[in-house]
Amino acid sequence: MARAVTTRRKALNTLIAWSIGLLIFFPILWTILTSFKTEAQAINDPPLFLFFDWTLENYAVVQERSDYMRFLWNSVIIAGGSTVIGILIAVPAAWSMAFVPSKRTKDILLWMLSTKMLPAVGVLYPIYLLFIELGLLDTRVGLTIVLMLINLPIIVWMLYTYFKEIPGEILEAARMDGAALKEEILYILTPMAVPGIASTLLLNIILAWNEAFWTLNLTAAKAAPLTAFIASYSSPEGLFYAKLSAASTMAIAPILILGWFSQKQLVRGLTFGAVK
Amino acid sequence: MGQITLKQITKNFGDVQVIPPLDLRIDDGEFVVFVGPSGCGKSTLLRLIAGLEDVTSGAITIDDRDATEVPPAKRGLAMVFQSYALYPHMSVRKNIAFPLRMAGLDKAAQNAKVDAAAKVLNLTDYLDRRPGQLSGGQRQRVAIGRAIVREPDAFLFDEPLSNLDAALRVNMRLEISELHQTLKTTMIYVTHDQVEAMTMADKIVVLQAGVIEQVGSPLELYHTPRNKFVAGFIGSPKMNFLAGEYAAGYGAATIGVRPEHISVSSSEGAWPGKVGVSEHLGSDTFLYVDIDGVDEPITVRSSGEISARHGDNIYLTPDVSKIHRFDNQDLRIA
Repeated sequence: MARAVTTRRKALNTLIAWSIGLLIFFPILWTILTSFKTEAQAINDPPLFLFFDWTLENYAVVQERSDYMRFLWNSVIIAGGSTVIGILIAVPAAWSMAFVPSKRTKDILLWMLSTKMLPAVGVLYPIYLLFIELGLLDTRVGLTIVLMLINLPIIVWMLYTYFKEIPGEILEAARMDGAALKEEILYILTPMAVPGIASTLLLNIILAWNEAFWTLNLTAAKAAPLTAFIASYSSPEGLFYAKLSAASTMAIAPILILGWFSQKQLVRGLTFGAVK
Repeated sequence: MGQITLKQITKNFGDVQVIPPLDLRIDDGEFVVFVGPSGCGKSTLLRLIAGLEDVTSGAITIDDRDATEVPPAKRGLAMVFQSYALYPHMSVRKNIAFPLRMAGLDKAAQNAKVDAAAKVLNLTDYLDRRPGQLSGGQRQRVAIGRAIVREPDAFLFDEPLSNLDAALRVNMRLEISELHQTLKTTMIYVTHDQVEAMTMADKIVVLQAGVIEQVGSPLELYHTPRNKFVAGFIGSPKMNFLAGEYAAGYGAATIGVRPEHISVSSSEGAWPGKVGVSEHLGSDTFLYVDIDGVDEPITVRSSGEISARHGDNIYLTPDVSKIHRFDNQDLRIA
């Protein structure tokens, strides 16, 4: 039996949902608002919400002091590159695990995930040394490889759950209909897997874009992405809340816009294929 | 042509043998139904014929060609799945045309065949829709359409009607039977529903635990079941079984009487009993009668209306000429 939903209950639920939503969104909203304040207004007590002198000064200063486009470009290359390479590796891996599982498939999946439980700082030293040895320090290539490896377990898991959802009977039907393996993959599997691959791609771009630990530790000036751009404004020289906010806003804007336009895919991606 | 022979085939899943050595011959144009309780291996047997599972040993020949090692795509068989297994990202037209496309037919020939099949199956108006926009019955028709366009040597149906509601199931049953009349192609049909088996089959194969219990026409199975299992499985409502002194009088370990072969009387008869539940269908009346020394109530089917109520005393008389006798191995005594 469906639960009876009264208007009052509906209104209450809506209120609660909006409150939680706003609570989650508030830090981002506050960052954006602060970026339009002067440094003095940014640390005003009591805090100013909407009624302050809106200014674009911070953005101008930030753009003047550091080359935003260079950081942006690094972010795009690192996030995009690590995602593309990761997907290329993960698709066949997830494919074989979903469609030709062995006795150990579950163990391998769990083992892969377990590497995500390791604190990153635990392997910082060996990876740092490796980077020095291989001359990868402060290079886009090095960062792309590290971020790809960091996120690979998640990509494989996500794709695995998507591929698992494709009913075996449909593949059998294709076989009965005369499709050879190549045609089965080309005409049946791939079109059915594309939505899953797309949302995995999106989620991974976001994860890689926001990754701060490795990007901060393994870069200096040349390969630094937007995370380093933000960090450069939280300096011990003094409090520059407004400029830090402006830098943050500039750094998160592209990914926020991307996320906004791909909400539907993302929600599906984040629920890990649990919602059918 | 669609003559299929299974020679001493077996199938193991790991250490478990689900199909012990089995022989079966299916003649061209026959409508054969594999029937049995769930887990009896009927679907596995179908999948072995389809090539979706490999036989552990033995040989499958299709039209005298050894097909044991032939991949499913090359066996010339078409299959309709329980879940319909339509391609969700393709329109109905593309779904039906898929096997033709795989066979390398040109677009014009594909369209002509799809249109013809759609006409037969009443799908003409739905050709541009996706499977997700169709009802269960329509999806089933698309699945059948996909099977018939390629003019296979034989059709394989794996419980195709079990996802449909009762009314639709009866309709589709008729449609599939009609299709068989028109195409005269071999059809192998798997079901757990003995009514489907009785109504559609030329030949029924009753399976239990991977073993063929009996092969025969529906009426052969109804009139002369080889053993107690077949006797109990074929016929609705189920045959009544009586052991002990009831059977001893007929020189058998167990006797079986079908519900429609028992007459009732309120005054006299062979077996006195008490009416338990009575079901009044108008055309028929089903009585469940408790009689002494028998655990399960005896089911009686009488045509027309019988005004019997719960707790009424009643006398049952079996039609002696229609009593089935079984020995202590549960085999039929001729």
